[in-house]
Amino acid sequence: MKQTLLSLSNLSKQFDGKTVLDSLDLEILDGEFITLLGPSGCGKTTLLRLMAGFEHPDDGTILLGGQDLTHTPPEKRPLNTVFQNYALFPHMSVFDNVAYGLKMEKRPKEEIRQRVDEALAMVQLEEFARRKPHQLSGGQQQRVAIARAVVKRPKMLLLDEPLSALDYKLRRTMQVELKRLQRELGITFVFVTHDQEEALSMSDRVVVLKDGLIQQLGTPREVYERPANLFTARFVGETNFFPGRIDKANGDDTITVDVFGLKRTFRKPDFPVAAGQPLHVLLRPEDIRVLAPDDDDGVAGKVVERNYKGSTLDSVIHLEDSTEVLASEFFDEDDPTFDYRLGEPVKVSWVDGWEWLLPMESPEAEAEANLDE
Amino acid sequence: MSRWLPRTYLTLVYVLLYVPIIVLVVFSFNDSRSGYEWGGLSLRWYEALFNNRAMVQAMWNSLWLALSAATVSTMIGALTALALHRYRFRGKKLLNGMLFIVMMSPEIVLAISLLALFLLVGLKLGYVSLLLAHVTFCLPFVVITVMARLSGFDERLPEAARDLGASDFTMTRTVLIPVIMPALVAGWLLGFTLSLDDVVVSTFVSGPSYEILPLRIYSMVRVGLKPEVNALGTLLLVFSLFMLILSQWILLRSRR
Repeated sequence: MKQTLLSLSNLSKQFDGKTVLDSLDLEILDGEFITLLGPSGCGKTTLLRLMAGFEHPDDGTILLGGQDLTHTPPEKRPLNTVFQNYALFPHMSVFDNVAYGLKMEKRPKEEIRQRVDEALAMVQLEEFARRKPHQLSGGQQQRVAIARAVVKRPKMLLLDEPLSALDYKLRRTMQVELKRLQRELGITFVFVTHDQEEALSMSDRVVVLKDGLIQQLGTPREVYERPANLFTARFVGETNFFPGRIDKANGDDTITVDVFGLKRTFRKPDFPVAAGQPLHVLLRPEDIRVLAPDDDDGVAGKVVERNYKGSTLDSVIHLEDSTEVLASEFFDEDDPTFDYRLGEPVKVSWVDGWEWLLPMESPEAEAEANLDE
Repeated sequence: MSRWLPRTYLTLVYVLLYVPIIVLVVFSFNDSRSGYEWGGLSLRWYEALFNNRAMVQAMWNSLWLALSAATVSTMIGALTALALHRYRFRGKKLLNGMLFIVMMSPEIVLAISLLALFLLVGLKLGYVSLLLAHVTFCLPFVVITVMARLSGFDERLPEAARDLGASDFTMTRTVLIPVIMPALVAGWLLGFTLSLDDVVVSTFVSGPSYEILPLRIYSMVRVGLKPEVNALGTLLLVFSLFMLILSQWILLRSRR
C-alpha cells in the first residue's frame, strides 16, 4: 500500500470573487503518476500553482509528509515545477539553467558539475550543455526544463501542460520518455493536461476537474469505462448517450430498459432504480455494432458520415428519431475493403453488458451536456 | 532613369545630413581664424579649447551631470517600470498617464514650473537643481524603454527561479536584471544623451555656481562663432560615437 505524500484538504481559492477551487480534498500517493484533467478554467492549473506555492489558498491546508506547507514560499518547498512554456532562463546556457537550483542550495562546484552532467545525460542532452536555450528545438528545451527540475531531486514534480507546445509525434515520444523518467526516478509526478488521451495513457490515477470541483478520481480504466457523471463521460473520450427508460427491475440484479423501443437487459447500476425512471445509457463508439438493414436486432438508421482513420473506420449514423450515433469499427482482416456509402441504410446495436448507466442529472447539467453536441 | 531617381534622392538626404558634420570636423583642424577659408592643418583650436579653463570645467560639469542624471533616472525609472508591470495598485493609471504628460508637455512649460518650484522651496540653483530637473525629464523615457522590455518578459521566469530555490532578491539579481539589462543600458544612454544636450530646461534651472557645456557654447556662439566650438563639436561627436559602439557591443554580448 502506497503512502500519502501530499494531502490537500478543504482547499478554496477565489480570484476577484470568482471561485476557482471549492473546498477541494485530494490525497496524492508517494511515487504515483497522477493527472489533473479538465477543460480550461476548471482549476487544474490553480491547483498546481497552490502546490508549488505561487498562489496561496483562501482556505484549507496543504500537508507534505505531515509537514504544513500552506504558507511556505515556493523556494522553501521540496517540489519543483516544469512550466508550460519551459521558462528557461534565456541569458544562461543549458548547463547554467540546470545548475541554477543546485547553486541556490550552495552545493560545492564539483558536485554541481557532476549532478548537472548526470541530469543532462538522463535527457540525452550532454552535448548541448554550452548552448543557449534559443538555440534548441522545442523538444530539447522541454527536456532541459525537465532536467532543471529533477536535478534537485524533489519529492514531487509538478508538470503544467508540459507537452502542449509540441507537435503530435514529439508529444508521443515525450509521453513515453516522461513515463520512463518517472519509473527510473521514482518521484511522484503531478501532471496537468486538458488532453484526455494523454491523461489516460500516462497516469496511474486521473483527477477529473470541473468548476473547481473533483468530478471523479480513479484509474484511467475506471474513468473511461465507469464515468461518475455526465461531464466525465463526455469529457473523457467520445460517448453515445442513449435515452433509456426503466421497464422493470428484475430479481437477479438486472433491470430491463427500454432503449429506442428495444427491450434490453442491463446489470443493475449503483444508483437507486424504479420502474418508469428515465436514465442515460452510455456506449463508447467502439462498443457499437453496425448491422445490415435486414438484421433482426438493432435500431434502423442511415450513415451520414464516414471517416477513414487508418486502423478504424469511424462513422456517424442518423437514427430515425434523428439521434446521432458515433461508431468506430476495426478493419476486419477478412474484408479489407469494408466501407460505407453515405446514405446507406444500416441497423445499430451493441452487446448488452458493455453499456454504462447514469442517472438523470439536474436540468442545468443536462442542458449543458446537450449543448456540446 | 527611374533607377537614378531614388538614388539621387537618397544621396541628397545623406549629403544634407552629414555635410554639416563633416564640415565641422574638417574646420576643427583649420589653421585659419576665419570659418570660410582653409588655412592648412592645425591643432591650435584644440589647444585653445583645452586652455580655456571655463570651457573644460563646463565640459566636466556636463559629463558629471549627464552621468549622475542618467544613473539616477535609470534606477528610479527601472523600479517604476517594475512596479507598473508587476503590481496592481490604486492610481496606477494616473501614474502611467503622468509620465506621458512629462514627456509630451513642451519643455519650456517643464522649465518654468521646475524653476517656480525650486524658488518656492528655496533651493539654490546649481548642481542639485539641474540634477533634479534632468532626472525629471529623463525618467519617462527610461520607464517606457524598460516597460517595453518587460512586456515581452515571460512571467514564468521569476516563478521558475523561486521554484528552484531563489529568494525574491536573488531572483531579481540573477534573472530579472540580466534579462532586462539591454533595456537598462538603452534607457541609461537615452537619459545620458538627453541630459548632455539639454538647453531649455537647463537655462532656467542652472545657476552661476555650476556652468554646463550646452549653455557655455550657447553663450559663446551668441557673440560670434569661434573655431574652438568646431573642435569641441568634433570631440563630442567622437565621444558619442564611442558611446554608441560601446552600447551596441554590450547589447550584442548580452544577447549571445
